[in-house]
Amino acid sequence: MLMLEQRPQPSKTMLYLTPVMAVLATMLVGGMLFWAMGIDPFRAIYLLFVDPFVDSYNLSQLFVKASPLILIAMGLSIGFRAGVWNIGAEGQFIIGAICGGAVGLALWGSTGWWILPLMALAAALGGALWGLIPAVLKIKFNANEILVSLMLVYVAGNLLAEMVQGVLRAPDGMGFPESRNLGRNDPTALPDVFPALGIDAGGVVMLILLAMAFFLLQKHALGFQIKLTGDSPRAARFAGVKPGVIIAVCLGISGAAAGLAGMFELTGAAGKLTIDFPLGYGFTAIIVAFLGRLNPVGILLAGVVLAGTYIGGENAQFMLQLPAAAVTVFQGMMLFFLLGFEILINYRVKRMRRAV
Amino acid sequence: MKFTKTLAAAAAMGFALAGAATAGSHGGPVKAGFIYVGPIGDLGWTWTHDQGRLAVEAEFGDAVETSYVESVPEGADAERVMTQMARSGVDIIFTTSFGYMDPTINVAENFPDVAFEHATGYKRSENVSTYSARFYEGRHVIGLVAGAMTETNKIGYIASFPIPEVVRGINAAYLAAKSVNPDVEFKIVWVYTWFDPGKEADAANALIEQGVDVIMQHTDSPAAMTIAEEKGVFAFGQASDMSSFGPNAQLSGVLDVWGPYYVERVRAVMDGTWESTDTWHGIGDGMVGIAPFSDKIPADVQAMAQAATDALAAGTLHPFTGPINKQDGSVWLADGEIADDGTLAGLNFYVEGIDGELPN
Repeated sequence: MLMLEQRPQPSKTMLYLTPVMAVLATMLVGGMLFWAMGIDPFRAIYLLFVDPFVDSYNLSQLFVKASPLILIAMGLSIGFRAGVWNIGAEGQFIIGAICGGAVGLALWGSTGWWILPLMALAAALGGALWGLIPAVLKIKFNANEILVSLMLVYVAGNLLAEMVQGVLRAPDGMGFPESRNLGRNDPTALPDVFPALGIDAGGVVMLILLAMAFFLLQKHALGFQIKLTGDSPRAARFAGVKPGVIIAVCLGISGAAAGLAGMFELTGAAGKLTIDFPLGYGFTAIIVAFLGRLNPVGILLAGVVLAGTYIGGENAQFMLQLPAAAVTVFQGMMLFFLLGFEILINYRVKRMRRAV
Repeated sequence: MKFTKTLAAAAAMGFALAGAATAGSHGGPVKAGFIYVGPIGDLGWTWTHDQGRLAVEAEFGDAVETSYVESVPEGADAERVMTQMARSGVDIIFTTSFGYMDPTINVAENFPDVAFEHATGYKRSENVSTYSARFYEGRHVIGLVAGAMTETNKIGYIASFPIPEVVRGINAAYLAAKSVNPDVEFKIVWVYTWFDPGKEADAANALIEQGVDVIMQHTDSPAAMTIAEEKGVFAFGQASDMSSFGPNAQLSGVLDVWGPYYVERVRAVMDGTWESTDTWHGIGDGMVGIAPFSDKIPADVQAMAQAATDALAAGTLHPFTGPINKQDGSVWLADGEIADDGTLAGLNFYVEGIDGELPN
């Protein structure tokens, strides 16, 4: 008979091994699912997990998908570490795109290197302010930030719809609800930096911010306070950490990161604001954050793996006629196994002898 | 292997330069790819396109290979999926949503030997065709039925986005309803979505509360039909026959019929006669269908609606024939004048008699 026994210390090995085990289990069970659907499981797994990382065109798309996920997840992970649950990154992403886009559209016709940085600044600011709404409500009225941040996603979505049908609508767009194409206008188009992997200027900023997050969490006093608040709020209070400050900082940082991601998406991959602009990156990034163990390096890897399954999933759809829903199930399975295996960090499996 | 590929690419380039559509010149089955904006199970827009794909398979059997990707977001994802399809050796790609317009043009530039067919857009190139249906003809027919069937003289309209396609439908339906019932009034609700059963149901309920007894919709789900059935009012199917959701409620419906066009375009690729075209087909060419009339519709109304359908098919009737004034009272079309396609394609105003402001 098997039983779980608490480990005296959380296992470091398991901490790093469980994500790998989760991926392997997903391959196995996912493969069985595909097989049951009458689809060649080996080919499907190859298309989902290998092809995105070996084919040169797929590689050139990898960070197009991964960058926004990683950037948002990085911001969220800081809050999650402190026990501040920002579920509304999608809304902050939208607001960032609106603010950055509005600046770019207002400056339509001007040129200069300063336009993109200004747009990025507006986006980060907009995202941060949107993120601070739940923070203020939490600090002042103890409103639940999970609910408030989530509800603000819908507000942001409606605001976007209003904008693309109103002030931000392209004057030459025949009345269709979309903005001018910022990605096809040199001063507002995000330049490519390393196209072989799909890394543009936004991707570079993302990598720099990721390194800064690493530094913040590992070396900086604020990072220590954030982690302490998450691990033991009481101890944090005794140590003089002001919970209100931590809440505001966490929601502000994650909002700014999501807003920035929105602006990069707008000026890079998407080009223009439309009602369908948000693709759910703000929600998927929650998976990325946890898959990456709320650790900047882990998030980088998790973002790349998840981006790969997106790209591979599209290919598997038309090459194997795999339904889109099967790809989603596959991605969900990965999170499920990750959370399931997490128990092995604090517990070990032990064979129990029958008592005589 | 690599050498033969290069050779094939060079050959393809040569054909492309010669100006002929080379798709299908490789021998073997012609490959047709479809890119859908929604899930094929939406029973609306995407479902009808997939019916078109199945019609291609039924027509050509082993001579054709089709594939599709569903729920592809418009934008960068669409561009990638199209590129992947084109790279995989597909000869013709149907991109079935307005939002795929720029991605289609961009990808087509990189694959001059692949034929692209973009639904409902207005940008074309050497290897990009556009096609759409004159759904306003169908709206004319159901407008006649709605005008004749309403007892409260209030017709509800669930509208998606204030774009020309939708505005055209509202105007066509209103003019037709008004022509058979001068007291008719339109209540229009904008839901700003193509597919959101929850919002569509809310809109239907709100309309019924306002005294509406016939509902039309320009959104894709059967939600409003379900509500109409529940509340005992009438409604029309959208894109596909929705009578299974409202056996008592459905009066008729406007059907999207893409099969014949898809078959024709795939055949053109096979024959090597494919070239970039702009198609806007209506009832006459079979791209727009009318769902069977419910037996709740009196015989004389059915006969009138059928006569209009036949006249539209024959081209002797145009839903936008003057005199028609704009909402502000200024003249749009003089007596006997027929709206030209250019104006219709960019239609952004209500006709006289419709209450409320067009959101912009």
